[in-house]
Amino acid sequence: MLDLVWLIPALPLAGFLLILLFGRRLGEPLAGVLATLMTASAFAVTVGVYFDLLSRTAEERHHVVTLFSWLPVGGLHVDLAFLADPLSITMALFVTGIGSLIHLYAVGYMHGDPKFSKFFLYLNLFVFSMLMLVLGENLLVTFLGWEGVGACSYFLISFWHTRDSAATAGKKAFVTNRVGDWGMMTAMFMAFASVGTLSYSGINEAAHAGHLAHVTATGIALMLFIGACGKSAQLPLYIWLPDAMEGPTPVSALIHAATMVTSGVFLLTRMAPVLHEAYPWAGTVIASVGAATALFAATIAVAQTDIKKVLAYSTVSQLGFMFLAIGSGAYVAAIFHMVTHAFFKALLFLGSGSVIHGMHHEQDMRRMGALRKVMPITGFTFIIGWLAIAGVPPFAGFWSKDEILLYAFANNRALYAVGIVTALLTAYYMTRQVIMVFYGEARWHDHAEEHGAHGDAHTPHESPWTMTLPLVVLAGLSIVGGALQLPFSHSTKFLEHWLEPVVHEAEADIHATWAYENKWVLLGLAVVIAAAGIAASIAVYAKGKAKPIEPQLLADGWRYDASIAALVGGPGRAAFRGIAAFDAKVVDGAVNGVGAEVRNASGLLRKMQNGLIRSYAAIVGVAVVLVLAWFLVRGVL
Amino acid sequence: MELVVFVLASLMAVVGAVGVVVRRNPVHAAMSLVLTLFGIAVIFVQQGAHFLAAVQVIVYAGAIVVLFLFVIMLLGVDQAEDLSIEPLTVQRPLAAVIGVAMVGLLTGAVLTSDNAVMKSGAGLSSPTLDSPDANVKEIAGSIFGDHVFAFEITSILLLVAVVGTVILARRLPKEEVAK
Amino acid sequence: MSLLAVVEPTTSWFLVLSAVLFAIGTVGVLVRRNPLVMFMCIELMLNAVNLSLVTFSRARSDVNGQSAVFFVLVVAAAEVVVGLGIIVSIMRRRTAASADDLSVLKG
Repeated sequence: MLDLVWLIPALPLAGFLLILLFGRRLGEPLAGVLATLMTASAFAVTVGVYFDLLSRTAEERHHVVTLFSWLPVGGLHVDLAFLADPLSITMALFVTGIGSLIHLYAVGYMHGDPKFSKFFLYLNLFVFSMLMLVLGENLLVTFLGWEGVGACSYFLISFWHTRDSAATAGKKAFVTNRVGDWGMMTAMFMAFASVGTLSYSGINEAAHAGHLAHVTATGIALMLFIGACGKSAQLPLYIWLPDAMEGPTPVSALIHAATMVTSGVFLLTRMAPVLHEAYPWAGTVIASVGAATALFAATIAVAQTDIKKVLAYSTVSQLGFMFLAIGSGAYVAAIFHMVTHAFFKALLFLGSGSVIHGMHHEQDMRRMGALRKVMPITGFTFIIGWLAIAGVPPFAGFWSKDEILLYAFANNRALYAVGIVTALLTAYYMTRQVIMVFYGEARWHDHAEEHGAHGDAHTPHESPWTMTLPLVVLAGLSIVGGALQLPFSHSTKFLEHWLEPVVHEAEADIHATWAYENKWVLLGLAVVIAAAGIAASIAVYAKGKAKPIEPQLLADGWRYDASIAALVGGPGRAAFRGIAAFDAKVVDGAVNGVGAEVRNASGLLRKMQNGLIRSYAAIVGVAVVLVLAWFLVRGVL
Repeated sequence: MELVVFVLASLMAVVGAVGVVVRRNPVHAAMSLVLTLFGIAVIFVQQGAHFLAAVQVIVYAGAIVVLFLFVIMLLGVDQAEDLSIEPLTVQRPLAAVIGVAMVGLLTGAVLTSDNAVMKSGAGLSSPTLDSPDANVKEIAGSIFGDHVFAFEITSILLLVAVVGTVILARRLPKEEVAK
Repeated sequence: MSLLAVVEPTTSWFLVLSAVLFAIGTVGVLVRRNPLVMFMCIELMLNAVNLSLVTFSRARSDVNGQSAVFFVLVVAAAEVVVGLGIIVSIMRRRTAASADDLSVLKG
């Protein structure tokens, strides 16, 4: 079964090609069904590979399947190869699993859209690229997938491209990703220059054996982090994620919650031995950026009124948590949080999509309210997602977030403080969202006339089974997902054992710290913080006991976007104009000048042709003298 | 004895050459050229090239210079240029430089050469009382033996030259001139 | 008299004479404007070359030098014929003959 690992990305690729050729003929809903089936069968193969891996011992869980030699160029040998090991199969499992659920959901959500088959075309291409990314055996295959998901993100964000804001958002996402890609490419160059290979086993073994200098390892790690900042939306390159909500909700759920944005986390975990060889301050930089991003985004989410924007900033914030974990050496915790986050964030996004669908494409939370009665399944599952993200035990998010905070405390108290404040804010704004959407007064009566007829003209309605089934499945996963890594005893730490071959050296060892010995105290503190956040939010939004604090500065995202626009539009544009002028005057001037000089020189030479044979004879005489002189000198010397 | 002959002959040659360059009247220049040719013919004899000396006097001095004089007469003797003015200012100094440089370089080449060739050799067979035409025989053997092909080609060349010149120099028929 | 008997002109003397004649000829071509005189100076140059050929022929005891001179003589004659023909055809109708008047090929 392990040798069939190449089948996992091949199936969505086949789906892509089939829809490319026959999509229009298949139409709705067959194109969607085909895409879903392809992704689901990829999931089935992944499960098979997973069980095959499980049946082997820990040392043997590293299987490489090489399809062909891709780039045999000089000293560079890159194969198109797939690596089946615990980390990649974990990623593949939830990419294909959640991917299939979202495909199913999209069949219902995109009902009636004229570009129905094209949507699934891009979705399957995306799943293919993401699987190449996670299953790659070397940096170049991963980079292929990396660029592929970036391109698909662009296609899908600007899916409704007739809308100006959507087209702009797509371009913004692509360009910002590109800035991060520079970091990844530089890391690849550095890795190749120092180790001579791009394959993960080659680089990681070199790092493990001490052949990688600390400086080089730090450089590679930081460059990879820059790439991760672009893809995983950290400061300062997070700006594309909130705007990416212009895309259809299944896109937001799949790409911008569960899969693409986690590729940065995946990459850094994959290169954990290199990170381990870097200077300690590199880890601190990563953790600090992650923590800062988490807090920054959480403050913005408090003041958002669009249902999807809240979730977008929440995603940025949770990704910050994951990088905080990586920087603190807690790779297992980062992966754990990535998995649980995939469950509940996808659930929340799909739920919000269901709300938008039922509200006839209304997205402003101020016009919602009391939807729990009208959309019971959506409401119920959304609440489960809320409890998970807020960090309420025994839901999944609590366990993973607590694991991160534990390692953060052991590493750096200040970052722990930032993390705990962010957890408080997370609970606060998520509760705010739940109250505004599902509880309180029904504010949608006032604006119902603005929307066109869709079934019942005035009342929001529950979504079809294709949309609610994935919600239910994800809700179930959000409840039990914590079982992957329970801190009770050594035997319940399933994920840690599973991922040990991948990260064993690099995982920070905190067994001897105060934090580890008193982890129940920290656990209790986390519960208290979550409860406090929820209580405060209920007090403000449900009971109305205090005035809501939603300053315009936070709603504008600390005016970060505006300042970047001013910087690039003002001094940036002046600089670009200067460069363009330089090109026109200096570069073109030099080229044209050469031509002009040649013309002038030939004009001068023309004067020699005066038509008088005596002048020509004189020239011949001079030439003869010179030739004689040369011969004489050559003979004498 | 050789020295005396050499000095006299070279004097004739150089004086004649300078005369060609300097004399205003083209007829005088042609006469100077004849003087040079005689000087060179004497040197030919000294070098043992008796046949060539004879040919030089007959063909060069006798035919070519006469031809020159014919054309001078045809075009008008009074067509002498004014040597005091020179329209191209750089020409005279440049000519002086070229002349001096050429003499200097060639002399330098000759003097720095230590080739055994530069030593005066035994020469070729000269006419003696026993065989008065030894030199002629030798040249004949070379021309009609090794270089007979060149000889034939040269005869064709002469024919072409004569025909060409007749065509070049003819007066055009009256009606074409009127156009 | 003893000096006259001892010093003999060597090959290099003749070659230097040849060089001098050649240089004089070159200067003449450059300086004179009358086409006929220019032509005569060219003949002077040819003669200088003939002289050096004969000198080398004696030095190397090789008769081929003299046959080369023979051919030079013949070709020079042909050349003079053609050249004078051209000069006649160009200069026929002009009153002042000067090479400087022929500047039709000016670029």
